[in-house]
Amino acid sequence: MLRFIANRLLQTIPVLFLVATLTFFLVRLAPGGPFSAEKKVPAEILKNLEAHFGLDKPLYVQYAEYLGNLCKGDLGPSFKYSNWSVNELIAMSFPVSLELGCYAISIAMLIGITAGLIASLRANTITDHAPMSLAMLGICVPTFVMGPLLILIFGLTLGWFNASGWDSARDRVLPALTLGGYYAAYVARLTRGGMLEIMSQDFIRTARAKGADDRRVLLKHALKGGLLPVVAFLGPAIAGLVSGSFVIETVFQIPGLGRYFITSVFNRDYTLVVGTVLFYFALVVLLNLIVDILQVWLNPKLRFE
Amino acid sequence: MAESPAITTMPAAEPAEEGVSLWQDAWHRLARNRMAIGSAIVLAIMMILSFGAPLIAKQKYDEQNLQLGAVPPNAKYWLGTDYLGRDQFTRLLYGGRVSITVGLVATAVSLVIGVLYGAIAGYLGGKADTVMMRIVDALYSLPLALMVILLMVFAKDMGTNWEQFLLQKFEWKTRLGEYWNLILIFAAIGAVEWLTMARIVRAQVQALRKQEFIEAAFALGLRKRRIILRHLLPNVLGPVVVYSTLTVPAVMLLEAFLSFLGLGVQPPMSSWGLMINDGAQAMEEHPWLLIAPGTALAMTLFCLNFLGDGLRDALDVRASKD
Amino acid sequence: MSLPRINASLLLLAVLASLTGCGRPETRIERGVREQILHIANGSEPQELDPHLVTGVTEHHLIMSMLEGLVIEDPKDLHPIPGVAERWDISSDGKVYTFYLRKNAKWSNGEPVTARDFYETYKRMLTPSLASEYAYMLHAVQNAEAFNTGKLKDFSEVGFKVLDDFTFQITLANPTSYFLSLMNHTSWFPVPVSVIAKHGPVYERGNQWTRVGNNVANGPFMLKEWRVGYKIVVQKNPHYWDAANVRLNEIHFYAIESTDAEDRSFRAGQLHIGYTVPLSKIDVYKERHPDLIHINPYLGTYFYRINVTKPPLNNKTVRRALVMAIDRETIVEKITRGGQLPAYNMTPPGTAGYTARAQLRTDFEAARKLLAEAGFPGGKGLPPIEILYNTQESHRVIAEAIQQMWKKELGVDARIVNQEWKVYMDSQRTLNYQVCRAGWIGDYVDPNNFLDMWTTGNGNNDTGWSNAEYDRLIRAAGAETDTAKRHELFQQAEAILLDECPMIPIYFYTRVRLMQPSVKGFYPTILDNHSYKFIYLEPLDKPFSRIQL
Repeated sequence: MLRFIANRLLQTIPVLFLVATLTFFLVRLAPGGPFSAEKKVPAEILKNLEAHFGLDKPLYVQYAEYLGNLCKGDLGPSFKYSNWSVNELIAMSFPVSLELGCYAISIAMLIGITAGLIASLRANTITDHAPMSLAMLGICVPTFVMGPLLILIFGLTLGWFNASGWDSARDRVLPALTLGGYYAAYVARLTRGGMLEIMSQDFIRTARAKGADDRRVLLKHALKGGLLPVVAFLGPAIAGLVSGSFVIETVFQIPGLGRYFITSVFNRDYTLVVGTVLFYFALVVLLNLIVDILQVWLNPKLRFE
Repeated sequence: MAESPAITTMPAAEPAEEGVSLWQDAWHRLARNRMAIGSAIVLAIMMILSFGAPLIAKQKYDEQNLQLGAVPPNAKYWLGTDYLGRDQFTRLLYGGRVSITVGLVATAVSLVIGVLYGAIAGYLGGKADTVMMRIVDALYSLPLALMVILLMVFAKDMGTNWEQFLLQKFEWKTRLGEYWNLILIFAAIGAVEWLTMARIVRAQVQALRKQEFIEAAFALGLRKRRIILRHLLPNVLGPVVVYSTLTVPAVMLLEAFLSFLGLGVQPPMSSWGLMINDGAQAMEEHPWLLIAPGTALAMTLFCLNFLGDGLRDALDVRASKD
Repeated sequence: MSLPRINASLLLLAVLASLTGCGRPETRIERGVREQILHIANGSEPQELDPHLVTGVTEHHLIMSMLEGLVIEDPKDLHPIPGVAERWDISSDGKVYTFYLRKNAKWSNGEPVTARDFYETYKRMLTPSLASEYAYMLHAVQNAEAFNTGKLKDFSEVGFKVLDDFTFQITLANPTSYFLSLMNHTSWFPVPVSVIAKHGPVYERGNQWTRVGNNVANGPFMLKEWRVGYKIVVQKNPHYWDAANVRLNEIHFYAIESTDAEDRSFRAGQLHIGYTVPLSKIDVYKERHPDLIHINPYLGTYFYRINVTKPPLNNKTVRRALVMAIDRETIVEKITRGGQLPAYNMTPPGTAGYTARAQLRTDFEAARKLLAEAGFPGGKGLPPIEILYNTQESHRVIAEAIQQMWKKELGVDARIVNQEWKVYMDSQRTLNYQVCRAGWIGDYVDPNNFLDMWTTGNGNNDTGWSNAEYDRLIRAAGAETDTAKRHELFQQAEAILLDECPMIPIYFYTRVRLMQPSVKGFYPTILDNHSYKFIYLEPLDKPFSRIQL
């Protein structure tokens, strides 16, 4: 397994450079630069500004310098928030998103898997339709509706929570519920599907035929295989969750990482765009690695290859 | 207890006609599923209403009445009016055209790419799988907003250009320019949504590959193509159907984000996603502006979902024989 | 009853009380009133806190609390009042300003604020390598522009002079009647150059002197906490010369980008002062909470640019027809709803005593006639006109309304196109549009701020419009010292602008915000500047209750 991990990490390096290169050039293709503003910046000033950020050099020199710094782990200064480096911005906001993401995942897994299991045990009955309808409702109500709705009910009407902010432990509840609830719906659907799939397979049938009681069959054999689609979904989902959500952060005013993925593009903050993309990529790779390991564990017939 | 699937899928026990009867069987089973049929009917009604909007709606979708402003549902305006005094019912019908088209087509695009890509990667395994999956990882991390801005800027006039090119060179009259924006939306959304699908399918195929009946098929020396198409794909159908039905509403909402970046529908035309976005901002003052498009979206999802479940059950040889 | 048991029952009582809602916990703003801590929404995260490097309104508000210039504004009517300078003289030709600094003005590290500080500040601001985007605000000073653009290397030739530690002289290139008003802009505020030097190169970006711990201020407040993407906290500066009259202990500036989130936050009792109000809620507040909503004029114009270089809009008659066929009254009453004034000219009325004589009018009949005259009777033969706007709901609804007006009244087919902000700006700059939405907010109170942008080749013209007579009039106004004559030149220029119509004025901005009645000393001003030193909080007779709509 160690060799598998080492191998995977080795494979990642060229892809990382591919991603860096792609983003580096693509973001410069978009119209408008980091310094285009509503009131025009005089030409001489603009020239000096670009010189400061090295934008006056030929593109290949900029690229080479960027890669050089990247090898040292330096993602450069932010173009928009010129007081901060990209490393600092990520270091300040990631812990917030990670914390919120962890709560949300826990909620999503807890509610989602439980609901999915209950539904799959008695397919096409009321214990199936009720939780599944609820899950579907969760999917149709986007977070930008659910968030404000929860605030209106629990914040403004009942007064149990603040309407926004990220100060006390209480401030974590509503955003975690909004985010977790949304993913719970997905997890529940996928769990049910996966479970139904696995329950219809011969080895479960055999076990059941041999008179194994339901619960043991379920836990011992079915759950492992039934969770396969959930686990495959979770890799990228968790990467998305812990790297923050633009909508949730905007609705609840949370100083997380998610907003930078969107606003850096809008601001044409070149370094921040590439920096966040690389960070996210690293997260995706890491989580997919974990997921792949989990998949082997869930299905011993697979081997690390 | 039903017979083992390992036997039903054994090529030796598979006469030529069985394919036909299999599909017929499936069709019969689907027809018996009341939820699925009901859902299909509701979906069909929604589509007819939307695409027949010019015939059905009594008002124009862009007819404003600024003096009136936003009023709650009443006898004249069944679903109320929006900020500019436009009839919500009419706008919902017209918006459905965009949303249903985008939802179904973009999901189909992501489905085809995702399933094929995932199945191939999972089936081939080894180095090919590694390379293919690392490409997916890379694509995952590219920011959507950036891609859409670039697409909008660089591909915006391409439709009109191609239309003229085809007209001049081959005298082939198309309406590419008119529908180009829509085509770009399919491309943009399809390009994003297939990634997760590919990962799910790959995981499923990888697991299936190690199972007895597939290994048996290998042992019998069946052609790879046949194994993928006849044995692997039908068996990944469950998760695929489930995930696709989840993708449709996500896609409909994503379309609103693309519109925000300038790629989607242009006002005064609207879509459910855009109406939900606008409605969410005024959910306290004008709740009807959120409830109507939200219900339309939810209904689509529910129907697709029951239909999807029905399809899955109908096509699933094993489960149905319980 | 033994002591622990009393404690336990008290605790139980407290829990019960908090559950049932009586004895409800103190809200943030109630506590703020008690401790003189102001909670205020401030739009987005500032790009910087260095007055030489910032460009936005958000940053301007933050910096105003921490730095103080030679003159400051009266909190009510913005007329210049003494800041770091106790008094000043203006030479009879209006070119030389001599400022006498107060001896007790200090930086927050205890050092005195001297004339040298101002000299070094302006040197830094104008040094080309710093590339300050707002350096042009100093270009009124003799040779400042030459030094800023690198044509002049020796800063001693620029019109700044240290006469002694507490006397500072500024010589202008031309007499500028609004010079003192100009000086209230952040770009004129002093920075502690000696402190900056400790944290990196003075004349380059990327210096970290503005961070917590490094920052030194000379204003009523100083930096205490900076949580990026969340809030900035400033606390009372004990070394401030007028500290005795500063009543707030702290101000918390929240970076809330979503107006809806801000609105909810305000209603939950987390903010004393809001930043904006969601469009659809303005009417509700006006009706149900008139004591909370404040609507005041704001020095700015909302207008559409017309690209005059491409047919059919290179035809003045067509432009005039379009301009006349917009019902501005309905737009401000039914769409924007924030008490905006319909605009029939470019310069907001009463800007430094100037109100344009020339006015456009709404006249559908005349507009139809003009269009027919131009060869497009009933809009026939006129290709569709594209209206470009940057994606935002409020811009969209206005564009939709205008589209409908043109269609209904003129038979003109208009298409609406939205673009993401930077793409939109690029289209505007490169004249890759037909009609596009724009807004202009004044940096200082003078008609020049709204009129010189339309001169030939001005970086903010963006319409391709050029008129020699107009250019001549604006130049002449720049050299004129007599206010009445100067205004007359502006009158003539604006009349030309309105006759030619390279733009369509739509409305004059207002500032709409929510404010708790406990806030005192916060006065509406036309630039939306507020001297925080005059603000304080007063307890109300009744406790705060969450605001229901």
